[in-house]
Amino acid sequence: MFSRDRWLEIFETIRKNKLRTFLSGFTVALGILIFVVLFGFGNGLKNTFDKFFKDDALNTMWVRPSRTSKPFMGYEANRRIELNNADLEDVSKRFEFYIEGITPRISFSGTVGYKLESNNYPIRGVGPSHKNNEMTIMMKGRFINGLDVDNKERNVVIGRLVEQDLFKDEDAIGKFISGGGRSWKVVGVFQDDGGDNEERIIYAPYTTIQMIQKGTDDIGQMIISYKPEIGYVGAVAFEKQLKKYLKQKKFIDPTDPRGLFIRSAASDLKENDQFTSVLQYIISFVGIGTLLAGIIGISNIMVFVVKERTKELGVRKAIGATPKSIVGMILHEAIFITTISGYFGLFVGIAFLNFIGDKLEEDYFITNPYIDFSTGVSATILLIAFGAFAGYLPAKRAASIKPIEALRDD
Amino acid sequence: MIKINDLHKSYKMGSNSLHVLKGINFNVEEGELVAIMGSSGSGKSTLLNILGMLDLLDKGSYELDNVPIRDLDETKAANYRNKFLGFVFQSFNLINYKTALENVTLPLYYQGVKRKERETLALEYLDNVGLKEWATHLPSELSGGQKQRVAIARALVSKPKVLLADEPTGALDSKTSKEVMALIQDINKSGKTILIVTHEEDIAKMCSRIVRLKDGVILEDKKNKMIKAI
Repeated sequence: MFSRDRWLEIFETIRKNKLRTFLSGFTVALGILIFVVLFGFGNGLKNTFDKFFKDDALNTMWVRPSRTSKPFMGYEANRRIELNNADLEDVSKRFEFYIEGITPRISFSGTVGYKLESNNYPIRGVGPSHKNNEMTIMMKGRFINGLDVDNKERNVVIGRLVEQDLFKDEDAIGKFISGGGRSWKVVGVFQDDGGDNEERIIYAPYTTIQMIQKGTDDIGQMIISYKPEIGYVGAVAFEKQLKKYLKQKKFIDPTDPRGLFIRSAASDLKENDQFTSVLQYIISFVGIGTLLAGIIGISNIMVFVVKERTKELGVRKAIGATPKSIVGMILHEAIFITTISGYFGLFVGIAFLNFIGDKLEEDYFITNPYIDFSTGVSATILLIAFGAFAGYLPAKRAASIKPIEALRDD
Repeated sequence: MIKINDLHKSYKMGSNSLHVLKGINFNVEEGELVAIMGSSGSGKSTLLNILGMLDLLDKGSYELDNVPIRDLDETKAANYRNKFLGFVFQSFNLINYKTALENVTLPLYYQGVKRKERETLALEYLDNVGLKEWATHLPSELSGGQKQRVAIARALVSKPKVLLADEPTGALDSKTSKEVMALIQDINKSGKTILIVTHEEDIAKMCSRIVRLKDGVILEDKKNKMIKAI
């Protein structure tokens, strides 16, 4: 059936019917190309999303106090809750089993200067373990350490962009910057994948910050990294216990939705995963829609092609072509054209995605768009199959028309 | 060569049935050149279609070269057509994207003849109709008479038992018609059985036998003193 003669006959037909060949080939190639590009962009969007939200360490819990909304045990509603050093110590002792690291985060902002340059930056009073929570990457020098905290040193760690802003080309390590009427020694410069804002932060030992803030022992937020081995379930249990313990300790109504917030990356992760899967659904939907359009396109063209060839097929039948050979010829030709052009579209699409790479990251949030090769191949095969199927029905009908009807002059 | 007995054929037209052939009895010997004549609606084309296995008969029997033609499915009909019959049509029906030579090789392709052999044979038949040097031309580059001669070469290349021609000169001027008829007469002289459907008296007179149809029955069937076309 697939003899050399058949191939030659098909090549000849293709060569001599260029427009027809081009139309069906173009439809399939375009369908696959658009599919690959859209699907790739969708994946790129997902990549950006992942990168954005997976910047913080996953085994992290943020404890943030706020105002209460219910009266409790003689306290009025709208009372301001504050966490202090004693709370930090109690929590780290009581939940030692779960905790890997714990640090306060006292956030405020202030003007910081070096020589003639000065600027306003967010400042955070933190402990050594904060480095892991934010996945801070040290470029040079070191992060805040235990000694800094114990001795209330005026040492600071600054973001890459802070160094760029204030020091220009100078190396900041060992230099002194001014802030709050005091001078601070830069002991480290860091970078962060979370974006520009994350690199305009200044870290100082929280004890030092407390000291200059008139000896308060307020610690702002509490950031805890729990041991990863306790897993998601352990993290949820820990979160529950911690909330109960702190609410009790701070006299907050257990039913009060406010007063104390605990955010954990574990529950975030779950939400993110849900969002990612919604994104995945949208991508799939767009992909299937594109494929469907391609299928309808190639089906239309196949119907048109067979219609156009009715007379020719009638002639072929009159001089001895069997219906089987007619159907076989049309399908053989259709599958050949769609296969070649389908794979052409696939490779052009993939090449295009590779070319795009990270060019759209800044403005369109598309990072490193890609498509699984197997997805692309499956889509191509699907389109070929439907093209063949769409060709089969009219071919079968054309093959069963009596030659005398096909040859009738209209 | 052809034996037809009590042939009936009717067409369904909605709720009505149109009885086109009403009992045709008709034999053709080997080597005859028969003209089937009749005005439109006489059933002459229907008869030719049944003879050509392009259409099925309702009642009666049909034998071609001692092979009873019945229970035809499409595949069987295609094989019989390929083996027994050559067709020539009024509108030539050449495949327009194939050259003259390729058109002539096509029946051999469906017979499964090897490519080289096909081309040699086809070229030989094109030479027989005097178009050897036009072999690589497309039908659109040929005149009407040339087209019909290519069609005749195509009909003959598979060495059919019978050549069926449906108004072969209907689309040609009288001079070209004569040339084509001369070719047909030559082919007949070499022993080929030929049936021509025509409504032109001139053409019919160039045949060895004239069968006149009217309203689905044979009105007259007589030998004719064949007039030479040229």
